Amino acid sequence: MSKKITGKVFVVGNDIDTDQIIPAEHLVYSLDDPEERRYYGRYALSGVPEAQSGLPKGNIPFTPQDQFESEFKVIIGGKNFGCGSSREHAPFALQVAGAEAVIATGYARIFYRNAVDGGFIIPFESEEDLVKEFTTGDEVEIDRDNSVLNNLTSGKSYPLKKLGDVVKIVEAGGIFKYAEKNGMI
Amino acid sequence: MSMTLTEKILAKASGRTHVDAGETVWVNVDVLMTHDVCGPPTIGIFKREFGEDAKVWDKDKVVIIPDHYIFTNDKYANRNVDILRAFSAEQGLPHFYDVGTERYKGVCHVAMPEEGFTRPGDVLFGTDSHTCTAGAFGQFATGIGNTDAGFILGTGKLWVKVPETMKFIFEGEIPPYIMAKDLILQIIGDIGVDGATYRAMEFAGDGVMNMDMEGRMTLTNMVIEAGGKNGVVEPDEVTFDYVRQRTDYEFTPFYNDPDAKYHSVRKYKSAELEPMVAKPHSPDNKATVREVINSPLNRAYIGSCTGGKITDFEAAAKIMKGQQVKMDTFVVPATTLVRDQLKTTTYDGETLWDIFLNAGAHMGEASCAACLGGPSDTFGRLQGEEICISTTNRNFPGRMGSKKSSVYLASPYTVAASAIAGKIADPRDYLPEEKVSATV
Repeated sequence: MSKKITGKVFVVGNDIDTDQIIPAEHLVYSLDDPEERRYYGRYALSGVPEAQSGLPKGNIPFTPQDQFESEFKVIIGGKNFGCGSSREHAPFALQVAGAEAVIATGYARIFYRNAVDGGFIIPFESEEDLVKEFTTGDEVEIDRDNSVLNNLTSGKSYPLKKLGDVVKIVEAGGIFKYAEKNGMI
Repeated sequence: MSMTLTEKILAKASGRTHVDAGETVWVNVDVLMTHDVCGPPTIGIFKREFGEDAKVWDKDKVVIIPDHYIFTNDKYANRNVDILRAFSAEQGLPHFYDVGTERYKGVCHVAMPEEGFTRPGDVLFGTDSHTCTAGAFGQFATGIGNTDAGFILGTGKLWVKVPETMKFIFEGEIPPYIMAKDLILQIIGDIGVDGATYRAMEFAGDGVMNMDMEGRMTLTNMVIEAGGKNGVVEPDEVTFDYVRQRTDYEFTPFYNDPDAKYHSVRKYKSAELEPMVAKPHSPDNKATVREVINSPLNRAYIGSCTGGKITDFEAAAKIMKGQQVKMDTFVVPATTLVRDQLKTTTYDGETLWDIFLNAGAHMGEASCAACLGGPSDTFGRLQGEEICISTTNRNFPGRMGSKKSSVYLASPYTVAASAIAGKIADPRDYLPEEKVSATV
């Protein structure tokens, strides 16, 4: 497995709740059907108010509304990312859009668990609030071996917290694969 | 070795004599609840992982209550209810509350207690963040995602980290113009929307223990709005009476040890409480009603798992009786039982249903409705730049449908007073004399 995640960042603020990640009206699509599931990519992060969508400038859609995939691979948020409802559609939508990781100072409990157990995206925690350090569109590299986030555009580096206990579930690709690997089911 | 109520429940469920906060344990699940939004993907994961012919671990422990997108023409939403129906038939599930039948209930978190599925000492998981409501019954209850729910469907087990407990004590009698919603909005405003992340929130003191079950449910319902894992109230005779009237299930109540360790203890003097709102766009954006009185509004909404119970409507009716609303006001009973109760419960000689109807309110069908926006044809959904005051539980941007709208959260008293005033109003200025006079 590649230990590095590279791509463009998309920056949002604090308390991005699951209604902003995937508005409730879109929760009707099948998560399995290949045609329908694409809409989770189209509407990912579409609930973020325009002015806060793609900071610092704002007014940048995560996924253009005539497309199904985002050009952004990494999302940077502030505190309490993923608060609100328990909908697993939220980390799923980010994955379908093409994102591979979120970096925030903290997560709401259910979102974090869903992201890891479902193997959708990797929720990294940063040591400090990075929202003001990055501009949407910056090229970044997440070095998982060394728990470092490198901003390739600015040349600066930022420490990430180690994934800790959940690293084995992340490596396995979710709780079912982890449980199978370990003879639990 | 002393334990909190939550620790004792998780110890029992994991077959241990003792657990400490911070430990990870595998628990046996007493009830798994799901609904029409998260049920279909949960079923998909269950079949993918355990096989097309797999059977759920225990038919009696699975409860399926469609409630989110019911009265809509959205074909995908209707298809999702069909998936629940087919799965329940295939598995022979006895606890499926199908749409369009006499069994249909409405909002799961209110239907669960009505049907006797919330019981002291139990472990309940649900694919909805407000599953924490059931903690009012002295049980462990929390929301989970589809993957975890799919795992439970096949195994009856799940891992959890034992949470530390934050205790909130309300000392003294709650003033008659204050409702449970004011207490929890005060707490969330004090600790923030991530103030209880990973933790249990326990509500105690005579101010809480003198509440009926529905008041306690309003408190535990909103612990998720502070990031809490579960909310809990020690069970007592009020709890036992409620549960025993609805089920003969043999439950085991647990209580905090006197020297149990808490993350923190916060005390409030009930007499000093004020009617509260959460201003747009966050449940912790607190203000007293007095601080925002006369702020403009053009929509009122009374409904949901936290604000659509019969006692919520009894409160609103006291203020709306004989009055006319000055803005669009939507009344949505949480369940079909609450709807029936609206037509049989009277205040001052008039049924609650007629009080609302005669006041000019729009009456809706039992469901989650506009609390979470939903499909575009959802009853009461915010479609533009409305400014709404609502008895619901969440007001992040776009929660009730339009991200251009603004939502204030408040108690049924405050929402009803505001509906009559056409702007934010203090219930103390609208409650009938005998209620107000009792406060001085």
